[in-house]
Amino acid sequence: MEHALQNLSPLAVTPVDLLWLIPFFPLLGAAINATCGWWLQRKFGKPIIHIVAVGAMVLSFAAGCVAFAQMLSLPGEERFLQETLWTVLTAGPVHVDLAFALDPLGMMMVLVVTGIGTLIHIFSIGYMAEDPAYWRFFAYLNLFVFSMLLLVMGDNFVLMFFGWEGVGLCSYLLIAFWYTDPAKAAAGMKAFVVNRIGDFGFIVGLFLLFWGLGGAWQGLPGGKLTYQPMVAGQQLRVFAATASTDGETAAQQEVVIEMGPTLNFRQLRDQVVVKATGVAERLKHQKLFGFSLLAIVGILLFVGAMGKSAQLPLSVWLPDAMAGPTPVSALIHAATMVTAGVYMVARLNFIFALSPTAMGWVALIGALTALFGASIGFFQYDIKKVLAYSTVSQLGFMFIGVGVGAYWAGAYHLLTHAFFKAALFLGSGSVILACHHEQDMRKMGGLGKLMPITQKTYLWACIAIAGFPIASGFYSKDEILWKAFSQQHLAFLGMPAAWLGPLIYCIGIITATGTAFYMFRSYYMTFTGEYRGGHGHSDGHGDAHAHDHTPKESPTSITSVLVVLASGAVLASLIGLPASWTHRPPILEHFLEPSLPAAVEFAEHPHWMEWFFQLLGASAAAIGWLFARSLYLDGKSPVPGQLLLRWKRAWTVVYNKYYLDEIYQATVVRGSLVFARILSWIDSRLVDGAVNLAGAVTRLFANLDGAIDTYLVDGAVNLVANSTIAAGRGLRRVQTGRIQTYLYGALAGALVIVLLNFLIK
Amino acid sequence: MMEHLSLSHFLVVGGLLFCFGLMTVLTRRNAVAMLMGIELILNGANVNLVAFNHYAAGGLSGQIFALFVIVLAAAEAAVGLAIILAIYQMIRNIDTANIASLRQ
Repeated sequence: MEHALQNLSPLAVTPVDLLWLIPFFPLLGAAINATCGWWLQRKFGKPIIHIVAVGAMVLSFAAGCVAFAQMLSLPGEERFLQETLWTVLTAGPVHVDLAFALDPLGMMMVLVVTGIGTLIHIFSIGYMAEDPAYWRFFAYLNLFVFSMLLLVMGDNFVLMFFGWEGVGLCSYLLIAFWYTDPAKAAAGMKAFVVNRIGDFGFIVGLFLLFWGLGGAWQGLPGGKLTYQPMVAGQQLRVFAATASTDGETAAQQEVVIEMGPTLNFRQLRDQVVVKATGVAERLKHQKLFGFSLLAIVGILLFVGAMGKSAQLPLSVWLPDAMAGPTPVSALIHAATMVTAGVYMVARLNFIFALSPTAMGWVALIGALTALFGASIGFFQYDIKKVLAYSTVSQLGFMFIGVGVGAYWAGAYHLLTHAFFKAALFLGSGSVILACHHEQDMRKMGGLGKLMPITQKTYLWACIAIAGFPIASGFYSKDEILWKAFSQQHLAFLGMPAAWLGPLIYCIGIITATGTAFYMFRSYYMTFTGEYRGGHGHSDGHGDAHAHDHTPKESPTSITSVLVVLASGAVLASLIGLPASWTHRPPILEHFLEPSLPAAVEFAEHPHWMEWFFQLLGASAAAIGWLFARSLYLDGKSPVPGQLLLRWKRAWTVVYNKYYLDEIYQATVVRGSLVFARILSWIDSRLVDGAVNLAGAVTRLFANLDGAIDTYLVDGAVNLVANSTIAAGRGLRRVQTGRIQTYLYGALAGALVIVLLNFLIK
Repeated sequence: MMEHLSLSHFLVVGGLLFCFGLMTVLTRRNAVAMLMGIELILNGANVNLVAFNHYAAGGLSGQIFALFVIVLAAAEAAVGLAIILAIYQMIRNIDTANIASLRQ
């Protein structure tokens, strides 16, 4: 543990000015299709839509390849391409640039996202051909790729988080793509909500890390607290080891490192990795409420990864996400988005490596999820559900990898999984299309004769995922399990736990056997035996009509993609051949090395043991395959049915996903509903009461004021007016209009004056 | 003969004329009769003017006043008769009790 990090030099940055193009093209494609796609589709037909979308992807992939070539031309230590576009915000110690960065790990992800993304876009042309909202689909797909690239290429946490949320949004949009079906819309919402829970953990972990870097209150002996501030932008001159030109001798050289709280990955890495800064040491001893800060940060960040990558207990959304169109399942829920959590943990390897507790947690959750997913996969009948649980399970493997410190192996499994799972999903998509959107494997069978290309690619992908040494899955999975077995680093709840490694290995090898079993089960149920569909087809067509629709091979846009992906699934093994075979590190490990500075200790085992474990892995695959073959080949064996009857109860529990959804329903959903009801009661009774009281008092005063106004003020005014009217009415009688009357009046007046004259005198 | 007639005789005659005129104006409803009453009143005043001039003031100013009054009375009678004629043409009646449309 003391040597978790080597004393390394800061990263050498190579500025490049084409990186922005990689995410720009999908964004442009999404913008075009989202804003005027409906018009283009009506005016020029569907081809224009996919020309825009696929074109954007091809350009993006090409830009990625250019960047890749550029990276390969650089020496290993300088493989860090960076481009800053502009500053987004500066506030106190927070400084956020719109900047992209590519290190070898990011490069691998970019190639996977754009490469496999392009293939899946092409596949979608055939798959979505009948859909009226063609433009919307491709706009979402492009937007998703943009978000994913932002997540991968973002130079700082903010951009990564932006992409992180963006992929969540696109996932929601695409799962609920057929939003008129309430079940599908609900699945989309579920995915979004569960992801939000994970995101909450992620962002809290982020804040804690930021806070921790900025210095913190620390206890001194004597119960006093002292604050050690670190200012952003503060520069530290330290001596760090830099590899000299021959790469052999390490020289001490003075370097400048930006200190203080940062959101930038590279600055964070430099601070943590260069020992002379003391940041790593300080972080290790920092505590929050008595717990190690790093462990909390690691676990919270992993909660984010759990949400995104469907780990227990936040795995519930992924199987439901299969409601989306199949290319979506392949792109988002198998190849790219769900691996974001793995990518994030691998990216922050230098942080995780400092906390064995967090790593142990990651690995353990990964192992449990792997087993959990695989066991459910055994009994599903929906072909996409099998693949969904298989994805959950394989993601668990990746987390075992990054959890035990075999970061490159986790990333390698991510890569191989992207190939074979995309091939499997798209193969299932091809099958589903041929069977007229039937997903139940009990109504398939015998499709091998009808769809030979789909069958062969599916078979090769099965071989890859099951872990036969002739395809890629074996190499990545084996490396992960071997590293898990030989780890010496993990801790469980703060205590070193050497037993965790073998335990995880056991879980892993059982899961690997199960993986082979359920994958070949789905293969045999789908492609061998007799076609069981056609009759009892549930869409209300008559039998005769259904017979006309015997499944047939999918169009070229689909099969070509399948072939490419399946060959990728096989050929990806070349970059991960184990060191025990070739006597030098696997190509991918060597390539990724600059990105993964965290060196975790592994036990040294003799070579024969490594060979023995590889043999174990291969035989696990073989056992699983043989079981599946004996039970499900041609759909003839009666044993599955008998076993089902015998173990009905256990079967029911597993078939219903261990009632995880129901448990959620009973606890989280019900709980939040009760909570909402209580709040509603408080709202309607207490808050509303107070508000109404205030309202009533105000009204009372207003009435009073109104009365004063009406009766007092208006009364006075009206009194004046009324008395004037009354006076007028009275005086009007005088005005008779008769001249004589007036004359009498005048006479009377004259007489009065005369009389007065007499009286006064 | 003039010695027998004192100022008070003239004043009595003028007062009587005034009173008759006033009575006429007050009691008669006929507009023409009222005009005639007004003439009486004016002439009562004329008598007074001339008498005071003769007995008290001397000179000619009283007579000149009387002449002016006569001229004015003629003019007044002409205007009054014209109004009465117009009213008659409008309502076929010259009873002042009916002519009250300016009351409101």
